[in-house]
Amino acid sequence: MKSDIELINSEGRRTDGRSPHDLRKIKIEAGVLHRADGSCSLEWGGNKVLVAVYGPREAVPRHVQNPLKAIVQARYNMAAFSVEDRKRPGPDRRSVEISKVISEALEKVILTEQFPRASIDVNIEVLDAEAGTRCAGLTAAGVALVDAGIPMRDIPVACAAGKINGKVVLDLGKEEDNFGDADLPIAISPRTGEVLLLQMDGHLTLDEFNEAFDLAVKGCHTVSEIQKKAIMQKYQSAAAEVQE
Amino acid sequence: MSNEGRHVVIPGQILGETPALRPGRGTFVENKKILAERLGVLNIQENFVHIIPLKGRYEPVVGDFVIGVVEEASTSNWMVDINAPYPALLHVHEVPWEIEFADTEKYLNTGDTILAKVLSVDESKKLQITLNDRNLFKLKGGHLIEFEPSVYRRIIGKKYSMIEIIQKYTRCRIKVGKNGRIWIDGDADGIEKVLSAISMIEREAITFGLTDRIEEFLKKDAKDVR
Repeated sequence: MKSDIELINSEGRRTDGRSPHDLRKIKIEAGVLHRADGSCSLEWGGNKVLVAVYGPREAVPRHVQNPLKAIVQARYNMAAFSVEDRKRPGPDRRSVEISKVISEALEKVILTEQFPRASIDVNIEVLDAEAGTRCAGLTAAGVALVDAGIPMRDIPVACAAGKINGKVVLDLGKEEDNFGDADLPIAISPRTGEVLLLQMDGHLTLDEFNEAFDLAVKGCHTVSEIQKKAIMQKYQSAAAEVQE
Repeated sequence: MSNEGRHVVIPGQILGETPALRPGRGTFVENKKILAERLGVLNIQENFVHIIPLKGRYEPVVGDFVIGVVEEASTSNWMVDINAPYPALLHVHEVPWEIEFADTEKYLNTGDTILAKVLSVDESKKLQITLNDRNLFKLKGGHLIEFEPSVYRRIIGKKYSMIEIIQKYTRCRIKVGKNGRIWIDGDADGIEKVLSAISMIEREAITFGLTDRIEEFLKKDAKDVR
């Protein structure tokens, strides 16, 4: 979309005052739901995401079972009140696609061979949306899976980079996403650097792509540290509580 | 009391290298490095690196005593929910009663609780349980509660110390299944006390000196009752 909005000013500041390589504020809390096997609530700038993990449990209907490994069924859903104009409830083309790519990203880190015929269900509920909800959802799903005690090779993490007013920046906000030139969300396994998800919207030259990719990877590592801190905080506090 | 030596580890964390240490439960090896595969507490014994899980579903192992709830009675077997990812099969040959064909419902029906033993777990995780052993039976009356299966060892305690203490102070009949289920029978006050003791163990599972604190807690309450 062409527009003359100045998304980044002459001093290199963005509309919300961030510099090009800054992330929005992230807050993660693990184990917030009692019914679920694992859960996580995450706030990423103006995004609010709630994730509940169930399983491993027997996959139903029978024909979706894999006799050799567990299947991962992520379900991304946006609440009707999550965006300014009411979002028509129910799965649409966009959320079906996001559910699919997130399922596939999570499947790569979960040790699915340990649970033949089972299913691991990840419910991602977007309560408040402000650009980058798939990254927020996947990051929260990673924490919720750890909280559920599911065996994994690594904790997956996601972050986006993009291009606004011809400049490559990290973690696009709402206006930047709507009026910017490109958006590049990626998910990685931070320990190995393997890419679990990579999508792109808009146009980037090869050089710009490489720059944005490296920037997003860097962002992922920063978010990964916040994830780990959130998990440790939840489980180390059980020990601290008694010490008082 | 300290928590030294009780390290909480998260998936993907490097725990050591293979020639010096050996991978045990809850770990995997990649490029000669031992890595954690799940959330838990690190435990190194005789060069073996283990992870004692903090959360997670019950994983059935042959020989485990479990408390199951009958889901369905068929002509020659029952399907029993034992809190595992998969339902367990109880065949008529694996019960101590003589059962005529299609008479299964007379002995065990949907909703009945049984104390059983895991008989077999095959490649594709098909489970079989048995009632053919001494001290395996149908549990009549009482209450069934669930707990985090990973804290089973703490609820039992060293040489059954914890569970004996709870039984002593509450005068309840208690059966603990490895699958995260406890069956309690006794008076209302006793059951109430068992419940609060169990939730206390669950909450403080990764700390030392827990048995003493539970005894203290139960003693304090016992005075009011008597």
